[in-house]
Amino acid sequence: MEKSRYEMALESLKSIVEKIHSDLERGEVPSMELPARTKYNIVLDITKGVWKYGDAKITRSAKKIDGAYTLLRTMYMMDFIREMIEQNKSSTLRELYYISEGWDLAKFHTQDESNKLAEDLEIVTRFLREDFKLRPEEDGATVIGNITFEEINRKGNPKRINCRDDVGDAGYAIPYNVEKDKLKIISYDADFVLAIETGGMFDRLVENGYDEKARSILVHLKGQPARSTRRLLKRLNEELGLPVLVFTDGDPWSFRIYASVAYGAIKTAHLSEYLATPTAEFIGITASDIVNYDLPTDRLNEKDIAALNAELTDPRFNTQFWKNEIELMLKLGKKAEQQALAKYGLNYVTDVYLPDKVSELGI
Amino acid sequence: MDIAEELAKKQKEISVAEFFEKNKQILGFDSPQKSLVMAVKEAVDNSLDACEEARILPEIYVEIIRVDKDEFQLTVEDNGPGIVRREVPKVFGQFLYGSRFHSVRQTRGQQGIGISAVVLYSQLTTGKPARIVSKISNEDVAYYFEIMIDTIKNRANVLKEEPIIVNKKSGVKIQVNLKGKYVKGKQSVLEYLQNTAIVNPHATIIFSDPDGLKIRFERAWNTPVEPPKETKPHPLGVEIGELMQMTSRTGAKKLKTFLTGDFSRISDHLAQEICNVSGLDCNLDPHSLKLDDLKRLHEAFKKVKILPPSFESLSPIGETLIKKGLKNVLGDLKPSFYSIPVTRKPSVYSGNPFVVEVGLVYGGSIPHDEQVKVLRFANRVPLLYQAGSCALTRAVENIDWRKYGLEQRGGEGLPVGPMIVLIHLGSTRIPYTSEAKEAVAEIPEIMDELDLALKESARQIKAFLIKKEVKAKLTEKFFLVQKILPKIAEKSSKMLNKDIPNLDPVITKIMNVLWIEENVKQDGKNAVVDVNVSNFTPEVKNFTLYADIPDGKVDGKIMPFGEYDENKDYIKWYISTMRPMEKITFNFRLRDLKGEYGETVYYIEGTDPVHVVGAEPLPGDWNLEALKSIIEEEEEEENGEEQV
Repeated sequence: MEKSRYEMALESLKSIVEKIHSDLERGEVPSMELPARTKYNIVLDITKGVWKYGDAKITRSAKKIDGAYTLLRTMYMMDFIREMIEQNKSSTLRELYYISEGWDLAKFHTQDESNKLAEDLEIVTRFLREDFKLRPEEDGATVIGNITFEEINRKGNPKRINCRDDVGDAGYAIPYNVEKDKLKIISYDADFVLAIETGGMFDRLVENGYDEKARSILVHLKGQPARSTRRLLKRLNEELGLPVLVFTDGDPWSFRIYASVAYGAIKTAHLSEYLATPTAEFIGITASDIVNYDLPTDRLNEKDIAALNAELTDPRFNTQFWKNEIELMLKLGKKAEQQALAKYGLNYVTDVYLPDKVSELGI
Repeated sequence: MDIAEELAKKQKEISVAEFFEKNKQILGFDSPQKSLVMAVKEAVDNSLDACEEARILPEIYVEIIRVDKDEFQLTVEDNGPGIVRREVPKVFGQFLYGSRFHSVRQTRGQQGIGISAVVLYSQLTTGKPARIVSKISNEDVAYYFEIMIDTIKNRANVLKEEPIIVNKKSGVKIQVNLKGKYVKGKQSVLEYLQNTAIVNPHATIIFSDPDGLKIRFERAWNTPVEPPKETKPHPLGVEIGELMQMTSRTGAKKLKTFLTGDFSRISDHLAQEICNVSGLDCNLDPHSLKLDDLKRLHEAFKKVKILPPSFESLSPIGETLIKKGLKNVLGDLKPSFYSIPVTRKPSVYSGNPFVVEVGLVYGGSIPHDEQVKVLRFANRVPLLYQAGSCALTRAVENIDWRKYGLEQRGGEGLPVGPMIVLIHLGSTRIPYTSEAKEAVAEIPEIMDELDLALKESARQIKAFLIKKEVKAKLTEKFFLVQKILPKIAEKSSKMLNKDIPNLDPVITKIMNVLWIEENVKQDGKNAVVDVNVSNFTPEVKNFTLYADIPDGKVDGKIMPFGEYDENKDYIKWYISTMRPMEKITFNFRLRDLKGEYGETVYYIEGTDPVHVVGAEPLPGDWNLEALKSIIEEEEEEENGEEQV
């Protein structure tokens, strides 16, 4: 009988344990090697157009106290995954974090720690955390527009939903698993996908009927988008050939939201070819918009400035467009929110700003 | 008549009370709260000086009772030599009456304006006389006095004088009523007494505060302090006004004999040279010298070569007593480190000898997030006021403490950290910034010495902090190999259904240290010392370990196989093969300990010192024999002094 992907993932995890154990048997300080997860170790995959981890490795060794703790946690987490796979259970990342309360020395202090370790295991084994029976929480990102999905619901039955006619004002909630076995795209009638950072702007576009007016599918990113949101954007782009446009606030953090959609996030660079949409376009708010549209602004704070400077050395932003925009923002010393466009009235964004921007892109 | 003398005569006619009233600030009675501290200070300083002179271990009782809202009754009682009956009215009732003229030495008393100021202040604010009881050991009875000051004639007005029976050998008790304000905390009577106790560990000080609370500072040292020797003034340390006084009071008939007889460091030959340089006949009567002559004489002192002053007149507190005092009074804070106090070699500024001493206390429950506390002392007297403009504070601020492991904004100002700094300046003349005698002036020679003493102490703090860090890291590694590593082994073995491997080789690779740790159990003058040596390295070790015993004598057997040479005062162990993960415990006993046993210093030879914790490398030129002889010399000197 063929092995399930869970069993294969477990075997892969066990090979890590074997390495640790044989280190101990041979009298060597146990260690494991993994790619360095920093902006200095991401390289562009030219064929796929996305940013992935490079060759720089870090060694996590039990020689130092922090490394020893992480190795111990790795052991506990792998043992927990083994148990779940054997008992056919699964847990959310949050549950994993709480379960570690009972792990004595190996317990995590923040959920970031446990999330990051789960990602480490993905990177080393080349399996997905779902293969380890770990899943994220639903994060509430939503879709509104004329597109029909068929989702396998919790009772195992297919359920068709049109994201314009079958949903309320909040839209269709993106599930954490958007793979084909869970979510099929049945039909659509739209010219492009507009991914929006903030809830306020998403609501404004919905109220103004921008999905119908501009024949667009509106996706609410809810800040830094979750994996499933980015995966869905990629499917809409690849399978339907729809352009993806990203509309965010005009500040360094929003630039990073766009980068994670288009190029891949540094944290999940091992999954970039699966999550990133290299052809996604940034609409705004740009630094130039602040000047051209004379938008109300806030002053950049110290953290903003540090973030902008960091972006200047981030290989993903190493293009003339981004260099100009980042430097202009630093020069202005200002940032602006999407909703600052309301300065010219509630319809300005849908009547003037977006049509301008979209036609600029030739859509 | 000379105009100066005429002025002097006029000055006498000004009422002392008026003088006092006009100069309250100078005299330190400028606020009600300060007045109370000043009164205590004058009385306690006198008591300590008197006991020192008589080589008595001081026991001083201070009591403050609230009589009225702002009136207090202060009593200070000592066990000093007492004051002879006829002198009592002068000491307490005559302004600016001093027992010593023309002698120079480091005493506390030169700092105030004297106990008579307290009597006068009391009289001016409450109208009540001072009550004094004095008993000397030669007489059977004590005398009770009630004294006020006749402010016109500057003389004691004795209201009552009668013999009374007291049940003690000797001592003085003074009781005054005065207006004031009693405070706690900073710049309080209690702070003054506490700081006094630190630098006078040979004294017992008992304080009963207005709430009836009794605080005892118990004596921590049972040998009386040697009083500094009196010397004649050094020519370069005398100011023109003093020179004027000296010439008018000398018994010498000729200038030359005045110079050789009333000054230190002036030989016949040098006196002749001074006369020549100043253009004054050496047979002149010194009493006849005019101000202009004195100026020439004063100038001449600076032009000739004079030996620096003798240091006999100085009385440093000394390393032992500083440490005792700090431990005794600050022990409740449980500091984790006491520096070995630094007593600098005496030095000179403008003809005045001085000595600088520094002691540091670190850690424990001293606040971590506050500026360090600087305890300032001049001639063993605490300085409580004007900290900001005092050279002793400035010297601390001038050091970049960040280099020594403390926090300090911008590398200047008082550092932040759990530290208390004790600074003592001893001198025959403390250079105060003002007549109030509250802060020391920034004299370059003194600043240099302060800087050196503070840096020497700071280096100790740094060494301590580095050691602490190394220990913390090792403690962390112990935890790693003892708790975390076994769990990693256990978990991985369980997941693979394999045996748990032997972890020793991994442990030694992670630790890679030869660990030496002692455990002292002291019982009075005896102690048992266990020395644990653990080889947490992957190699077989071969080395020699020396234990240098700082105090006491080794008693009985040394376990196992240690060599002890009584003459050399060290123990030596030779270990030929110590396998990885092996642990050996050595054990020896000590007797004749003088106090709380410090730390044994361990030296190691024959192995790479980088991987050793708890022992210093044995320096190539380190000769135990030579070290021993130096220590013996020092001990002889100490014994020699005690016999005098």
